[in-house]
Amino acid sequence: MKMKPLWTLLVMLSLPASAESQLNLTKGVTEVSNRVYDLHMTIFYICCVIGVVVFGLMFISMIRHRKSKNPKPANFHENVKVEIAWTIIPLLILVGMAIPATTTLIAMEDTSDADVTIQVTGSQWKWHYKYFENDVEFFSRLATQQEQINNKFDKSENYLLEVDRPLVIPTGQKVRFLVTSDDVIHSWWVPDFAIKKDANPGFINETWTKVDEPGVYRGQCAELCGKDHGFMPVVVIAKEPAEYEKWITEIEAEQEAARQREQELLSMEMSKDELMDLGEKVYNSTCAACHQPNGQGVNGVFPALAGSGVAVDPDGTSKHIDIVVNGVSGTAMQAFGEQLSMQELAAVITYERNAWGNDTGDLIQAADINEVMNQ
Amino acid sequence: MSTAVDATHHDAHHDHKPSGIGRWLFTTNHKDIGTLYLWFSLIMFFVGGAMAMVIRAELFQPGLQLVEPHFFNQMTTVHGLVMIFGAVMPAFVGLANWMIPMMIGAPDMALPRMNNWSFWILPFAFCILLGSLFSAGGGPAFGWTAYAPLSTQYGGDSTAYFVFSVHIMGISSIMGAINVIVTVLNMRAPGMTLMKMPMFVWTWLITAFLLIAVMPVLAGAVTMLLTDTYFGTSFFDAAGGGDPVMYQHIFWFFGHPEVYIMILPSFGIVSAIIPAFARKKLFGYSSMVYATAAIALLSFLVWAHHMFTTGMPVFAELFFMYCTMIIAVPTGVKIFNWVATMWRGSLTFETPMLFALAFVILFTIGGFSGLMLAITPADFQYHDTYFVVAHFHYVLVTGAVFSIMAAAYYWLPKWSGYMYDTTLSKVHFWLSVISVNILFFPMHFAGLAGMPRRIPDYATQFADVNQITSIGGFAFGLSQLVFLWVVIKCAQKKGEKADSKPWEGAEGFEWSVPSPAPYHTFEKPPKVE
Amino acid sequence: MSEQQSYYVPASSPWPIIGALGLGLIAWGASTTVIQASAEQDGHGSTVLFAGIGVIVFMLFGWFRDQINESTKGLHNEQLNTSYKQAMSWFIFSEVMFFAAFFGALFYARVIAVQWLGGDSNNAMTNEVLWPEFVAHWPLVNTPGGTETQAMGWYGLPAINTIILLISSVTCHFAHTGLEQGKRKQLTGMLGVTIILGLIFLYLQGAEYVHAYEELGLTLDSGIYGNTFYMLTGFHGLHVTLGTVMLIIMFLRVLKGHFTPDNHFAFQATSWYWHFVDVVWLCLFVVVYVL
Ligand code: HEA
Ligand code: HEA
Ligand code: HEC
Ligand code: CUA
Ligand SMILES: [Cu+2]
Repeated sequence: MKMKPLWTLLVMLSLPASAESQLNLTKGVTEVSNRVYDLHMTIFYICCVIGVVVFGLMFISMIRHRKSKNPKPANFHENVKVEIAWTIIPLLILVGMAIPATTTLIAMEDTSDADVTIQVTGSQWKWHYKYFENDVEFFSRLATQQEQINNKFDKSENYLLEVDRPLVIPTGQKVRFLVTSDDVIHSWWVPDFAIKKDANPGFINETWTKVDEPGVYRGQCAELCGKDHGFMPVVVIAKEPAEYEKWITEIEAEQEAARQREQELLSMEMSKDELMDLGEKVYNSTCAACHQPNGQGVNGVFPALAGSGVAVDPDGTSKHIDIVVNGVSGTAMQAFGEQLSMQELAAVITYERNAWGNDTGDLIQAADINEVMNQ
Repeated sequence: MSTAVDATHHDAHHDHKPSGIGRWLFTTNHKDIGTLYLWFSLIMFFVGGAMAMVIRAELFQPGLQLVEPHFFNQMTTVHGLVMIFGAVMPAFVGLANWMIPMMIGAPDMALPRMNNWSFWILPFAFCILLGSLFSAGGGPAFGWTAYAPLSTQYGGDSTAYFVFSVHIMGISSIMGAINVIVTVLNMRAPGMTLMKMPMFVWTWLITAFLLIAVMPVLAGAVTMLLTDTYFGTSFFDAAGGGDPVMYQHIFWFFGHPEVYIMILPSFGIVSAIIPAFARKKLFGYSSMVYATAAIALLSFLVWAHHMFTTGMPVFAELFFMYCTMIIAVPTGVKIFNWVATMWRGSLTFETPMLFALAFVILFTIGGFSGLMLAITPADFQYHDTYFVVAHFHYVLVTGAVFSIMAAAYYWLPKWSGYMYDTTLSKVHFWLSVISVNILFFPMHFAGLAGMPRRIPDYATQFADVNQITSIGGFAFGLSQLVFLWVVIKCAQKKGEKADSKPWEGAEGFEWSVPSPAPYHTFEKPPKVE
Repeated sequence: MSEQQSYYVPASSPWPIIGALGLGLIAWGASTTVIQASAEQDGHGSTVLFAGIGVIVFMLFGWFRDQINESTKGLHNEQLNTSYKQAMSWFIFSEVMFFAAFFGALFYARVIAVQWLGGDSNNAMTNEVLWPEFVAHWPLVNTPGGTETQAMGWYGLPAINTIILLISSVTCHFAHTGLEQGKRKQLTGMLGVTIILGLIFLYLQGAEYVHAYEELGLTLDSGIYGNTFYMLTGFHGLHVTLGTVMLIIMFLRVLKGHFTPDNHFAFQATSWYWHFVDVVWLCLFVVVYVL
């Protein structure tokens, strides 16, 4: 274990020889990513060659033209011919690099004729996926436990690169992504596809991929998007078209059923314990990132919910619901009405009004949420 | 060549140094102001470096151990800002103050009082910026680039402190730059034609032009951040017809020239040091001048290479890729000229030369990774990863900072009148050059393997690389204590007395005056051959 | 290259660091003021801000008093004058670049951002999915978010203001030639007219803002059209204000007989500044109002 860093260092130094090593750019699993990889290696080797020549000359000079070896300096200080040569030659090399770069780029930006279209929306700090051809949409959040991050548990294999609901796409088909954001700028990045596109609020950027091999591909948000920018992974599962079809029809039916169940649940009352249990779960997975597990918030950035504000205001229930459902526009407080079921919303609000000594005793039911939402 | 300074117009203070604290607070002397700038920059280097140490300590292992993510982001942001605006830029202005009047045979800077003003703004600006770290919501946590809307609707109170401190830093830079330009254009000794000026003066002339052209644009950009945050405008908000990417365009129109502002004076320094220790005239002086000008002009046409992933149309991506690539040509000319200067020279390896040589090699490596970043399709993979972090630390730390250290060693004898401790200085060099590569070289691999930048915690496969990097970081940080020691020793006038020209091959007016340089040089303009 | 003559290195001076203190206080005060205002808290932000402004005004008086004393004592020389002139030109260049940022924003918003929101270029889906109701048009009187305003026409006040500024540039020029030729009457007369025109301009600009706010619903926060409109005209107005103050000071100094036909850098700088402000207005009139 102790020797491991040393080993890595050695491996790194031999990188050009072992370009396949884990420390290099991935070749990826699409035609585009392979072209990008080739481009990367070509430029890298060109730079190496130029480097060897330039540094080689410098070292020769440092050794042979030391004062002890060469006490009398020459006194040339101009030579138009070599100066022209070392202007023109690099220029030609650059033209040589620019040609493959241009063709690759043009291929990458051509999003026409897609088979599947998916809208990818970033928000602090999760991704939302919406399939255009099917009535399917869901959020995808970090699945790594907080305890692993805080070094209480051992770190799992895909530490920080695992989500609760990965995106699923078919192999062999052109999948188009419409990338956008709900709040700040994020960037949707899957190295294996050589895709990185910024998610700009209010605008849609397009990109595409065509994956040949089924598999699980992992990436991360690549644009600083606030506190938990490092905890916003992307996981994509590529499935054979038949399996993909099966998956998407199942999930479509499941979501339809969930919507109906939601309507039915409206008339149902949950007990305090049920609400508090569910609420705690929802709170920890959705709200704790900002308001902190203990409800104390982060001074000056995210308000505390424990012991202050609407959560303890006896007349604050409707305002409380309104804030959680509709968000506070222009702040990091999002509209959770679109992200959580009414039951979950009811539970989390109940939880906030009763946890950490808030003891207001208020119970919120799904019907109360429905009222606010359909006002 | 005829007239001399008319002594009757000088007041009594003129002939001897004023004493006490007032000398530093009220000074109009370019050497005093240069010294102030240099000390300020050294302090800021340590402040910014301490933040880098926090970053490296947190990244030593996966998992969160020392700091909260929000605080980590503040460290990243303020580290970048402090290093750029507090350490590197003031160091160059300090060198300009000390050296340019001496190099062109002028008695002082053209506008001595404004000179003092530009310096003293800086401590206030940094009090505000650093002070914001202690305010309720903490300091700026949106990266030194302050992209909207993270810095507007989501920035908290730090946005205001950030904006106003950047405003006054900008005022300081603009005044400093105006002073340099006017000094160079109007104060040269008779006979010192433009094409006889030392390269350092040339590079600073062009740098000053860049500064005056882009600092106001930065001021405009952050003003829009301010109004978007506090006055309801929507420059960077689609709902009002604006665009967050517009901020990036305006910012990088400043930002890219800004990175050349931090490297052109380095080119000047290295162009002074290599000939001195190769005992051979600079190869291709005029092509050096043209190359510098070409880099500066091209720097206005490449800004969007920082924004390849923002979704620009293809033709724009191609345009910015081509323009960016072309910059390799004039930069290459410079590298080749330095190598040709060394070629068949008579080289010795005193500390300034060591740093200059390390500069040439390591800056070139940074340039190569820059070129790789310029290739748009490849940049989609590199962008916002540690590959970029590796790139810019190579050009900034082993580029700009190494050149500043080379300059410090080269001119310390002239400033203080004493030779620095040569043994310690070599210890400093070797420790630095080794540790800095352990620090920044592995970052290339972390980036290629997929580690994003600006994250406080990372996936386990990056653990080894980060551990090495952090160890290199601590080693490099500690090595700088040696530098501090050398400088303090020299400033306290311990060690050998230095000749007026301690370097055999050095050329230029600064070596014609005694060491330490008298408080007022060149009351009579020197003679130019 | 200039002949180097007797060169005046000023004695150490307290004004620069007082100026730095002033700017520091302004920056600190302004940040706390906006923070406190946005949180609707009370605090000392504005006190600090005004203290800073006070310090700057105090510094300006002190610094210029020293400067004027030196100048009238004849300590300044040709070379220093050249330095001042060059410095002033570069300062104006930096101001040009400051305005360029806002002109650039206007250009980008109009030619790129709004068009893209309307589905142009590679942003067809932006319009289709996110802003299906939105149609690109300029002036942007209906924002994607649904704010409505009215556009400001170029005829009427803006056109009158253009003429006023143009005339003032001419009168300012004649004041300058009057000074150079030693025609005192022309100098004071024309300078006075310039000042009055500047004040009228400012008054009309204010009236236009009132009109925009009260009748057109065109406000600072009514979308990118209002944003660019107010930022450009606002910063321009600020510069006119500053220029007018400078002109008034020049007027007082003329009355005191500070300037001679060949030693009047301050006057010249002010007149350059005034011409610069005028040119900015012309660009602004064309791109903000007419086009
Ligand atoms: C001193 C500062 C400095 C300098 C000099 C440079 C120099 C260059 N930079 Fe760098 N850059 C930064 C500081 C600097 N950069 C910073 C701070 C960032 C990140 C900002 C942020 O996001 O926070 C950045 C980011 C950055 C990016 C954006 C990356 C991204 O975010 O995705 C790009 C992309 O094109 C780039 C390119 C270049 C290029 C092409 C050069 C060229 O000038 C290099 C030219 C030099 C050479 C090529 C070597 C010598 C030449 C030869 C030996 C000749 C022959 C060579 C060939 C023909 C190959 N830089
Ligand atoms: C000139 C500019 C400059 C300089 C000199 C440096 C110097 C260093 N930087 Fe850099 N850095 C930037 C400019 C610079 N940096 C910029 C612009 C960014 C981007 C910010 C952003 O993303 O917004 C950045 C970001 C950045 C990151 C990425 C952070 C992130 O993405 O989250 C890292 C990570 O390792 C880093 C590390 C370092 C280190 C270890 C040094 C070292 O070289 C520092 C060495 C100096 C010292 C350490 C101080 C001296 C010694 C002491 C104080 C004694 C005490 C020492 C010990 C206890 C060991 N920097
Ligand atoms: C991305 C960060 C973030 C997340 C996640 C988040 N909030 Fe918030 N929340 C905020 C911010 C910021 C505010 C302050 C808004 C303002 O300025 O008025 C806030 C305000 C609130 C308030 C009002 C507090 C008061 O006293 O005024 C409540 C209640 C609240 N959030 C509940 C929740 C619930 C419930 C969840 C999860 C379902 C949640 N928040 C998730 C950032 C967040
Ligand atoms: Cu989302 Cu970073
Ligand atoms: Cu750049």
